[in-house]
Amino acid sequence: MVEVTLWGSLAAIAGGNSKVEVEAKDIRELFRKLAEQYPGLEPWIDRGIAVSIDGTIYRDTWSKELPQDAEIFLLPRLAGG
Amino acid sequence: MNFDPRFSGRKFASVGTRPIRPDGVDKVTGRARYGADFNMAGQLVGRVLRSPHAHAIIRKIDTSKAEKLNGVKAVITAADLPDLTDGDAGMYDILDNCMARTKALYDGHAVAAVAAVDARTARQALKLIEVDYEVLPHVTDVDEAMKHTAPVLNDAVFTEGLEQKPVKPSNVAKRTQYGHGDVHQGFAQADFLVERSFKTEQTHQGYIEPHACVASVSSDGTADLWVCTQGHFVYRQHCAQLLGLEASKLRVTSSEIGGGFGGKTHVWAEPVALALSRKAGRPVKLVMTRDEVFRASGPTSATSIDVKIGARKDGTITAAEATLRYTSGPYAGMWAELGAMTAFACYKLDNVKTVGFEVLVNRPKTAAYRAPSAPMAAFAVESAVDELAKEIGIDPVDFRIRNAAQEGTRASYGPVYGPIGIGPTLEAAKHHPHMKAPLQVNQGRGMACGFWFNFGGQTCTDLNIGMDGTVSLAVGTVDVGGSRASLSLVAAEELGIDYSHVKAIVADTSSLGYNDMTDGSRGTFSSSMATISAARNAIKILRDRAAQMWDIPVDDVVWENGQALARGEKYGNLSPLSLKEIAAQSGKTGGPIAGHSELVADGAGVSFATHICDIEVDPETGATRVLRYTVIQDAGKAVHPTYVEGQYQGGAAQGIGWALNEEYIYGKDGRLQNAGFLDYRIPVCSDLPMIDTQILEIPNPNHPYGVRGVGETSIVPPLAAIANAVSNAAGVRMTHIPMSPPRILAAIDAERG
Repeated sequence: MVEVTLWGSLAAIAGGNSKVEVEAKDIRELFRKLAEQYPGLEPWIDRGIAVSIDGTIYRDTWSKELPQDAEIFLLPRLAGG
Repeated sequence: MNFDPRFSGRKFASVGTRPIRPDGVDKVTGRARYGADFNMAGQLVGRVLRSPHAHAIIRKIDTSKAEKLNGVKAVITAADLPDLTDGDAGMYDILDNCMARTKALYDGHAVAAVAAVDARTARQALKLIEVDYEVLPHVTDVDEAMKHTAPVLNDAVFTEGLEQKPVKPSNVAKRTQYGHGDVHQGFAQADFLVERSFKTEQTHQGYIEPHACVASVSSDGTADLWVCTQGHFVYRQHCAQLLGLEASKLRVTSSEIGGGFGGKTHVWAEPVALALSRKAGRPVKLVMTRDEVFRASGPTSATSIDVKIGARKDGTITAAEATLRYTSGPYAGMWAELGAMTAFACYKLDNVKTVGFEVLVNRPKTAAYRAPSAPMAAFAVESAVDELAKEIGIDPVDFRIRNAAQEGTRASYGPVYGPIGIGPTLEAAKHHPHMKAPLQVNQGRGMACGFWFNFGGQTCTDLNIGMDGTVSLAVGTVDVGGSRASLSLVAAEELGIDYSHVKAIVADTSSLGYNDMTDGSRGTFSSSMATISAARNAIKILRDRAAQMWDIPVDDVVWENGQALARGEKYGNLSPLSLKEIAAQSGKTGGPIAGHSELVADGAGVSFATHICDIEVDPETGATRVLRYTVIQDAGKAVHPTYVEGQYQGGAAQGIGWALNEEYIYGKDGRLQNAGFLDYRIPVCSDLPMIDTQILEIPNPNHPYGVRGVGETSIVPPLAAIANAVSNAAGVRMTHIPMSPPRILAAIDAERG
């Protein structure tokens, strides 16, 4: 079980919960479980969500494992120049 | 990803050296081919008709007279670019921006286009197109656009991110919020407070090369696009979707690029050129004029920002708050959100809150500009930080060091930082000789910090070893700042050969797997990771071939310093086999030797910089002169230090222009008044001092060599560093960018009463 922190807009879709607990071993499973628990999140996941694991931001590595005690933050997918 | 990206702490032979750039000779002799340098047999000239109105309903477009003009081969309107976006709102905005569908939303918005046998005929044809407009009230100012009385650009836009679902449409597309703690409680603990409002005007990336492309669509559904871009694979995806083409049948080749800085991450003219070619049945070349680049490509946001910061007498910040309003042009974006995320990222704060508002205005669609949105937020925050340090009576560098984020700090945008470089850049600034240099009358010194995320992304690389032992490296990230040199160094490092034996090219979209764009400072970070992986895959094959040549098990062959060695005493008589010797026999040992890699390069590592600037202000005219400028930035590992320094200097130079002169000026009619380099003044060499650089190398733990992105962070601190310098020189706090002579003079006059 990992605790995941959602940024503001996402928390509103997840019933106002800024922190949710999910049983997931990697980012792929995290997104799948989140979409099951909160169907409103699915289009956001499709558009792209970045996952910060202990401060390192992952945008596309869905196979990245989620350590049990890691700090996991969901962030908007960033734009760059 | 079957590749271990962790930092290994190895010693380098090639990486970190400064060889001559591989693209240099072509660029200084004029052989290098940019977007407009490509031609195809039978090509037509494309030209775009643009709205003269800031906001207008398009009632009717009559192209019949233009179509009848001799030499005109195609005329298109939005009807020739049907909506194939399938509910993808972002793509629909891109489509509407490429060719207005029902409304012209800004001065310069494309409404029709022609392809003709020559430029003169094309221009004549544009004059024959009759557009019936119903002109609407417009709004270009960010604060005006937020008012309830402002004309609403899009009736379908209701503010996202509000607690109560709005019942009326608005120009505020979205509200976002970041932070933690309790700012009210934090401010109550403060002995000193600074609260100010700031504005920054819209600027353009100012790339020297305008957008240019040649498009050729065949009747069999295949197509070619030669284009100046930061991301030819992304352009292929977008163009294929908008035109209804199969991506694999659209081959996109990227030209050399005369600057992009985020402005060439977005299609404007390319779908139009393809649609013209499809209709005309001939290739079409479309080159934007400078006027068009200013009016109708993607400048950065204009902003309005309120900042409040409180601190105790001992110099500890107790709370920080910012409200950031960013224009996004007529379509929703995430520009204020990026400002809200980055504004206080340099600091360790128990109580912080930022709120961003994305504001629609009748200006061109905002595009990324080098660390998009962060420079304006840093300008506001770092100005207030400087002022607060003064009020408390602490040296501004010491104040920042005291409050700097460090490993374990919760970032203002949410997560806890790993190892970061803000502290070391500040310590380096504190001890830099620049900080101790004397100043004369009317001169001021300023410094500021900046942050940018950096990111990686999808990356694919091919490394081919020729039979003569030289190496060709095909990458898919466009070289905007020297990546062909740095990636050649990386390939040479891994293979153990000389840099001069590696030739890197940017492959077209049909020759290599998909690559994300060169944005987010990812070019060298991502493609070096893929190059290391490809080289290691090639080494596996080289070892196998050496084993065949020696007739020994491959497990007994190791690769060291560019050659295969047979491991073990029983092979004592075997001389090492060089890469060249193995390559020469490749035809007889299994065929060509190559290494391939496809991966997602994540874990780019955040980046920080500190800049120091000296400015002289003429109190009689408000004119400024930059006397000295120093950039200190963490590169992780500088693969080719000269290019890293170039990135640092380039960001500073652009920031100096943004801070002192550059701005979009709109008339009351909503039309851009300075769409050219004579009236929109970017810095030239004589405006700038030699920009000194100091590269810090705090390894990124998520890259084998410790590399971080370096391209963007260097533009984050300049606005603030220069504002602090000007404020110190003029004796008045400057709150409006650019600090052009009239604004400085007005501020001085106001201060004098």
